Amino acid sequence: MQFKRFLPLFIFAGLFVVFIIGLTLNPREIPSAMINKPVPEFSLPPLKGDGVGLSSADLKDTENIIIINFFASWCGPCRVEHPSLEILGKMDGVKLFGIAYKDLPRNSISFLKSLGNPYAKVGTDLKGRTAIDWGVTGTPETFFIKNGIIRYQHIGPIYESQIAEKIVPIINELKEESGS
Amino acid sequence: MSAELGHVFLVLALGMAIIQAIFPMIGAARRDGRMMVLGPPAAYGQFIFTVGAFLALTYSYLQSDFSVAVVARNSHSLKPLIYKISGVWGNHEGSLLLWVMFLALFGAMVARFGRNLPKSLQARVLSIQAMVGIGFFLFMLITSNPFDRLANVPFEGNGLNPLLQDPGLAFHPPFLYLGYVGLSVAFSFAIAALIEGKVDPAWARWVRPWTLLAWVFLTIGIVLGSWWAYYELGWGGWWAWDPVENASFMPWLVATALLHSAIVVEKRDTLKSWTILLAIIAFSFSLLGTFIVRSGVLTSVHAFATDPERGLFILMFLALVIGGSFLLFALRSDRLQAGGLFAPVSRESGLVINNLFLSVAAAVVLYGTLHPLLSDAILGIKSSVGAPFFNLVFGLLMIPLVITMGFGVHLKWKRARLKAVSGKLKLVTLLSLLAAFMVLYVTYGGGIMPVVWMGLGIWLLLSMLQELANRIKLFKVPLKNSLDRLRRQPRSSWGMSLGHLGFAIGLIGIVATSYWSQEQQKVMPVGDSMTIGEFTLTLDDVVAVAGPNYTAVRGAITVTDKDGNHYMAYPESRTYVASPMTTTEGAVRTTLSEDLFIVIGEMQGSDRWGMRVYYKPMQVWLWIGASIMVLGGFISLSDRRYRIGSPQGKKTSQKNKGKQAHAV
Repeated sequence: MQFKRFLPLFIFAGLFVVFIIGLTLNPREIPSAMINKPVPEFSLPPLKGDGVGLSSADLKDTENIIIINFFASWCGPCRVEHPSLEILGKMDGVKLFGIAYKDLPRNSISFLKSLGNPYAKVGTDLKGRTAIDWGVTGTPETFFIKNGIIRYQHIGPIYESQIAEKIVPIINELKEESGS
Repeated sequence: MSAELGHVFLVLALGMAIIQAIFPMIGAARRDGRMMVLGPPAAYGQFIFTVGAFLALTYSYLQSDFSVAVVARNSHSLKPLIYKISGVWGNHEGSLLLWVMFLALFGAMVARFGRNLPKSLQARVLSIQAMVGIGFFLFMLITSNPFDRLANVPFEGNGLNPLLQDPGLAFHPPFLYLGYVGLSVAFSFAIAALIEGKVDPAWARWVRPWTLLAWVFLTIGIVLGSWWAYYELGWGGWWAWDPVENASFMPWLVATALLHSAIVVEKRDTLKSWTILLAIIAFSFSLLGTFIVRSGVLTSVHAFATDPERGLFILMFLALVIGGSFLLFALRSDRLQAGGLFAPVSRESGLVINNLFLSVAAAVVLYGTLHPLLSDAILGIKSSVGAPFFNLVFGLLMIPLVITMGFGVHLKWKRARLKAVSGKLKLVTLLSLLAAFMVLYVTYGGGIMPVVWMGLGIWLLLSMLQELANRIKLFKVPLKNSLDRLRRQPRSSWGMSLGHLGFAIGLIGIVATSYWSQEQQKVMPVGDSMTIGEFTLTLDDVVAVAGPNYTAVRGAITVTDKDGNHYMAYPESRTYVASPMTTTEGAVRTTLSEDLFIVIGEMQGSDRWGMRVYYKPMQVWLWIGASIMVLGGFISLSDRRYRIGSPQGKKTSQKNKGKQAHAV
């Protein structure tokens, strides 16, 4: 009989524990289904002219860590993260490629002209088909690739504060693996 | 200067709350009248100082004083006056200030209108009320001070989110908060009763008007929010089971249950610990809502700046208030002795079943809301449940609830005969079956659920009308006598009738708009037409217009129905100056039979516009039904028995008064 009266307290205690755990979690973080999968096959035209701008062959580079950044000139947060990309593009042992997502090439070009082009190569994914294969949830989104395998996916803009805290450790970790 | 003054007022209000929390409680325990009398003046003082703080912040907004951080973050000098004022509570810090101001208001009201309460009960209620207040004052002063200044003063503010610049939303939070905070009174009464170890019909008679007042405000707040979402967001929906919507809905469900169970305590002196528990849970849900909105544990469309640190503070506060209350409940509720007995078939049983379904419904909503958190925290899996889950489970729970409602109002207290009631309802049931068949015929092929629901809605409506008819002996005595009886119905019975009728009308609207809505989209050049249902829309022209702090494109559309009647609709798409954000101002034409809702979207290509049209049958019934429920609440509140502050109703010999109330 007495137990019944304690029931609300016990239920609340259970919820309390869940809330405590909840405060440490980030509900906006979406897990990637692409981690530890090989990069999808693709071949995208360049910003200017014909031919191939960027293809999966470019990502088979075994010497460098490859970073693929999906961006668009119409995407505000992409402007926000642009300075971070400038930093990443200049790092040693790192190759930064860009994929312009559902963006007219002339808009992408003026975007990169006004802000600077941090990418070694850029492909244009006008219809967004390649983005679907990569499981992109929105722009900007950034993938970290080692030996043709996707190892980390960053959703949303990379803030400059996150470079030292999060991005550099990830890159270093990936680099060290090759030593072993 | 005003910000500093506001800050000082806030600290003074905290001081008052501390006095109000400590002395009356000790005084009540020691039966020391001199300590207990400190309660009311402290409550008044707390209220006055909080109002002072609120006015100080409002002044900063009116002056567009961008040296105050919240003003700079949320206001803009070009904003219309009303939104400068509503901007005060359109953000985390300001809304907390509004919250504590209402909390202090209710404390002051208990002090003022509760003068006829037993002294020790009033003292304890005020003390509990102040304890809750202290938590919020500390929360504000420590983590969310609305009066923080900026070191570098910007020339212009960030502006209020354009979506929030709307009269519907200007008034939605104050009402919602009045509702949330109003439940604190029932909570304080419940805790005070646990401390005193006594719950009697008199207690219930004090608690009910407060609960009803909170319930009415909560209803208004929820409906205003829903109405705003419906016409401002332009997505054709009015409820999305968003965590924050749910956070307001759960206390509403429990408050509704409490409203009903308190009747049983009042009239039959039983169901006491259950009622106490509901009072605690109702306010706990209010607090939980605050936590959910402000801590960032769940994702929601409702953007308060979320902050885990604030979340932790609120959570600790929750643990103290809710955990403490439940502990007290566990230890003390066995002292509450059950009074009157009742048969399995009786008004009491009906109300118990009603309570059961409402509570389970609240639990279901709680589960669905917390599901993403539970699955992430316990299983480590990201998942969430959406509208289909809520609609299915909640819908299934509502069916027995509606049936209980329809039967319950005809049941007698103590012992009733089901047969007698079903006899009474024979005609009503027959008529609703007929109506259901007509619905089936008209919508043939549209599924069985809308037919069932429509039948139930009509049945409930008729059942409530029949109950009213029975009470005034319509057709049993001459019509004139019946009308006399109608006039002499006590206001609380009117409240009951209107509350239930409003619910039935709203339910019918919900069923129609949920099952039979239509939606069309088309990219149109000027001169093009589209059709939806029986209507044809022609885009005649699109012009650019300028508002005070926005620019807009406005479409001119001729809408023609099948009989050739036509009218003009002017939907707008606005782009605001301060933040480059577009809002839609849909053109809605409302009639009893349907809403036609036209939204103009972005320009596509050089001269084509994306148009969206929604056909929402009987949408307005929902708002009418809700308004009738609210009206019923107010009328019931004005009943002589419950009139807050009416000394006659509360003096002396409560038992006898209770008996008289029965006889009515």
